[in-house]
Amino acid sequence: MDLFEYQGKQYFSRFGIAVSPGGVADTVEEALSVAARVGFPVVIKAQVKVGGRGKAGGVKLADSEDEVRTHAGAILGLDIKGHVVKRLWVEHASDIAQEYYASFTLDRPNKVHLGMLSAQGGVEIEVVAEENPDAIAMLQIDPLVGLDVATARRWVAEAGLDEAARAQAAELLVKLYTCYVEGDCDLAEVNPLILTPEGKVHALDAKVTLDENASFRHPEWEEYRATETEDPREKMAKEKGLNYIGLDGTVGIIANGAGLAMSTLDVVNQVGGSAANFLDIGGGANADVMAAALEVINTDPKVKVIFVNIFGGITRVDEVAKGVIEALGRVSITSPIVLRLDGTNAVEGRAILAPHLNDRLLTEPTMLDAARRAVAFANQ
Amino acid sequence: MSIFVDEHTKVIVQGLTGGQGRFHGLRNREYGTQIVGGVTPGKGGTDVEGIPVFNTVAEAVAATGATASFVSVPPKFAADAIIEAAQGGITFIVSITEGIPAHDEARVYNRLVEEFPGVRLLGPNCPGIISPGKCNIGITSGDIALPGGPVGIVSRSGTLTYQALHELSQQGIGQTTCVGIGGDPVPGTNFIDCLAAFEADPETKAVMMIGEIGGSEEERAAEWIKAHMTKPVVAYVAGVTAPAGRKMGHAGAIISGSKGTAQAKMAALSEAGVHVCLNPTEAGEKMVEIVRAL
Repeated sequence: MDLFEYQGKQYFSRFGIAVSPGGVADTVEEALSVAARVGFPVVIKAQVKVGGRGKAGGVKLADSEDEVRTHAGAILGLDIKGHVVKRLWVEHASDIAQEYYASFTLDRPNKVHLGMLSAQGGVEIEVVAEENPDAIAMLQIDPLVGLDVATARRWVAEAGLDEAARAQAAELLVKLYTCYVEGDCDLAEVNPLILTPEGKVHALDAKVTLDENASFRHPEWEEYRATETEDPREKMAKEKGLNYIGLDGTVGIIANGAGLAMSTLDVVNQVGGSAANFLDIGGGANADVMAAALEVINTDPKVKVIFVNIFGGITRVDEVAKGVIEALGRVSITSPIVLRLDGTNAVEGRAILAPHLNDRLLTEPTMLDAARRAVAFANQ
Repeated sequence: MSIFVDEHTKVIVQGLTGGQGRFHGLRNREYGTQIVGGVTPGKGGTDVEGIPVFNTVAEAVAATGATASFVSVPPKFAADAIIEAAQGGITFIVSITEGIPAHDEARVYNRLVEEFPGVRLLGPNCPGIISPGKCNIGITSGDIALPGGPVGIVSRSGTLTYQALHELSQQGIGQTTCVGIGGDPVPGTNFIDCLAAFEADPETKAVMMIGEIGGSEEERAAEWIKAHMTKPVVAYVAGVTAPAGRKMGHAGAIISGSKGTAQAKMAALSEAGVHVCLNPTEAGEKMVEIVRAL
């Protein structure tokens, strides 16, 4: 789960990481009151989970109440790449002497944690990595050992941070690592981490991705869930316990298992179609699950055909077939359905379906055949 | 021969008295696997359909001589259960649990490497391992596997593993061992571990490898294949059409930035001499062709 900038900053604060004084505002009046509290000049920042806010006019400097009114009014409701701004973060504007970059994430190939630190902050780190890889000091951290201040001190020197910033930066990095580990982050990134002309180091931005698998030990994450701006179809699917991702195509997909679902998308694409979604119904494909899946897909107006691709392992295909029929009795489906059922008890399953088949409910023997048939419907 | 397990492997089930552990543990026994015990703290002295239950892994190992454990416990307890297995003397641990926090996985992996170098962890979040006709640990349906070899299968995805087994079995082509390594960010066993074991196994004549988007394990496997593998490898990588930045079901299946795309993985494998196929059916057909020509 990705956090908004303001949530990331609040998360950082919990671990003692210095951020600019600021506050959240949903209206122009609230923006004015935050500005009065933190002192002018202030930066007004659109809270959207998409890059390129600045270029889209979502980040503005304000020196007076009038400017706060103008800018806050303009940014609220602004559409940034399909994300409408509903909330602002208003903070005291910092003078910047230097901009750095710092992050922690998992080093998957080496199965340790990876710290990245650069004296060239404020720009996209991917660009730095591409153009000047030596400018990034990489630090591998054994999860059993962690990061201590002594190591962090060597690290800030190696990265070439200004002398004036080093001691504070080393301490901040240790806190950021603690936030990353104890806060169960997939990513904790600060870009830029700044040094002010007065010699203070603090986080000017916050990018935090939480590992949802760790939700069980973080009841406080509940508040973040409430602000997740999700596709309504994804929200509905989540409520029904389905693993759904909305896409832009016309073939609705239902499959069991993430790999098979991904593979189904690929095959539909290979035969000239496009998937409307990724939907993994998991192991137990009973009538309730199948009905829920069909209901979610049914709400997508772009869907022209539904492709159900089930491989029975532990889940028996005859049970899946019963589930499909029961689900069709409960949900009124507008699109034709193409089924491919294989694996354990496939013969029995197909026999159960046989009397119900018609020109809007068909089965095909293989994944490829079923994909072709589904795409033919979609392109009609 | 099979890799990692065989008909002599003695297996305990951690969580045997739970719903999942009982269901799959009994199915594994029915398949012929030597399920010699279960472990549930506080339930020692009871039994599950004749399988004795112990309070700790150490007790179970002492009483049964088990060397493998099937860990079927909820995510909250999985990290501790895996470490307990290693401390108790188990050398092959299969963790099917989905939803273990990434930081727990990283800690467990490094503890095993540092404190228990002789221990192999398979998973987490994997379907397990099956050596057809000999041993089945995990949730794979034994019906779709065919004994006798000559193909070894290694896969990051659950249902696609079944699909691969099915494609081969239907054509009368058996498997030596089928290993599901799981789709999580920190797998205990990776492609290279399995490819090396298959390369060393005289009965395995060809290998089918199923990858998916995310990470760089397929690219690393490609390098290894190029340098060391003499047996033919057929590969399929799922997620060609997956959008960047969205987790496709598995915690590990995510394209970050320009890294981890199916296209990059397929190109690396192809360059290493692997037969790369565009869908599971095509991969099955290619393998049939290779095996028939052996």
